[in-house]
Amino acid sequence: MKSSSAKTLLDPLFESNPIALQVLGICSALAVTTKMETALVMCAAVISVLALSNLSVSLLRNFIPSNVRIIVQLTIIASLVIMTDQVLKAYIYEISKQLSVFVGLIITNCIIMGRAEAYAMQNGPLDSLLDGIGNGLGYSAVLMATAFLRELLAQGTVFGAVVLPKVHDGGWYNPNGLLGVSAGAFFIIGLFIWALRSWKTDQVEAEG
Amino acid sequence: MRHDALYTVTFSGAVCIVCAVLVSSAAVSLKEDQLRNAALDKQRNVLFAAGLAEPGERLEAEEVQRRFEGVRQRVIDLATGEPAEVDPLTFDQAKAAKDPDTSREAPPNRASVRRIPNQALVYEVVEGGETAMAILPIQGYGLWSTLYGFLAVQRDGNTVQGITYYQHGETPGLGGEVDNPNWKALWPGRKIYEDSGTPAIRVIKGRAGPPSESPHEVDGLTGATITSNGVSHMLAFWLGESGFQPYLKKFREGQAE
Repeated sequence: MKSSSAKTLLDPLFESNPIALQVLGICSALAVTTKMETALVMCAAVISVLALSNLSVSLLRNFIPSNVRIIVQLTIIASLVIMTDQVLKAYIYEISKQLSVFVGLIITNCIIMGRAEAYAMQNGPLDSLLDGIGNGLGYSAVLMATAFLRELLAQGTVFGAVVLPKVHDGGWYNPNGLLGVSAGAFFIIGLFIWALRSWKTDQVEAEG
Repeated sequence: MRHDALYTVTFSGAVCIVCAVLVSSAAVSLKEDQLRNAALDKQRNVLFAAGLAEPGERLEAEEVQRRFEGVRQRVIDLATGEPAEVDPLTFDQAKAAKDPDTSREAPPNRASVRRIPNQALVYEVVEGGETAMAILPIQGYGLWSTLYGFLAVQRDGNTVQGITYYQHGETPGLGGEVDNPNWKALWPGRKIYEDSGTPAIRVIKGRAGPPSESPHEVDGLTGATITSNGVSHMLAFWLGESGFQPYLKKFREGQAE
């Protein structure tokens, strides 16, 4: 792999993370991170939609009339999302039940449209595919970290396995209800952004 | 890039057709699997409510079928409690509740149920030729969502065998704890009706004693008063006169055969 390809793939993890730096896709990051299992399936869905939409938009980029490009992008994205949802319902019904509307809402996830418009319209198919996977991974990294903390602190479990036995079930851990609700995810994502910007200080916006 | 109007229209049309074909072929080819999954999920939950499966047990399709052999599905007439001449395999209760011909307006109730179907699908567990248990579908509003579940009732038409919810959108960790096996374990042995015959079972705030001390009360869900009340309301409704009470009366008297 050429180093520029590697950069396309890996940069979105920390250098230009879609959630932490671009602040896209926050809504779903709050909604599906109560459990790691659902978060993992959501990440897989977002990565595949993002990779495929970037690839198809990039392949079509020289043919898409610029005055209708947004709606063409959206049509492609929406079709991919519906197909992903159908596949989840057919093969992992129980998890897709828990994800409910949020898989469908990937259509409105700004990361996907943002990457199609900002990257895939200007770059070749292979680079666009890598950019899609990379941004999907960047999104997933934040989602999984958030889901890990939320599930551990709100329910005392990791992937459903008990790590901190709850008082209610005869253990010693008093679960934190705040992290069980969406507002709790804001704190975690906020702390994540803070940590990232303390490490990569060039991400801090100039003041005033 | 500039294109003329004809190109734009043709291109958009082509994109639409390709996407439509892809989406519909995915939907059609996967439909069978999806319907089977949904039916299986419901059956699995009937088994959980009836105590025919351990909480949290992962059941494969064949295992669900095997355990379901002792379960009889039956469509009953809600008003009389008598069996109805309807094939349970084709009966769709959600559809029946929407159609004005097969449903009626619900009396005012706190479970936010708007229409009651004339007929309902119940499951009966048959053991050694005797009907041992009835499993009733229940639904009602919690905090955010309608909760759908099953309540299993023992032969006396009064003692709870188990409860389970298979679909809801309550807050995970708070109202979503209706799924918690430890909470569900508090239900078996509780009594539904008072001596006078009105449904008395409810979820209280705080802790209830064992079934021998507080026969009609179940512990509330911590931090989820509204979901807890929702559970109480839906039980009061579905176990009352406009719900399954006539059926349970017949069931108790052994006339439901």
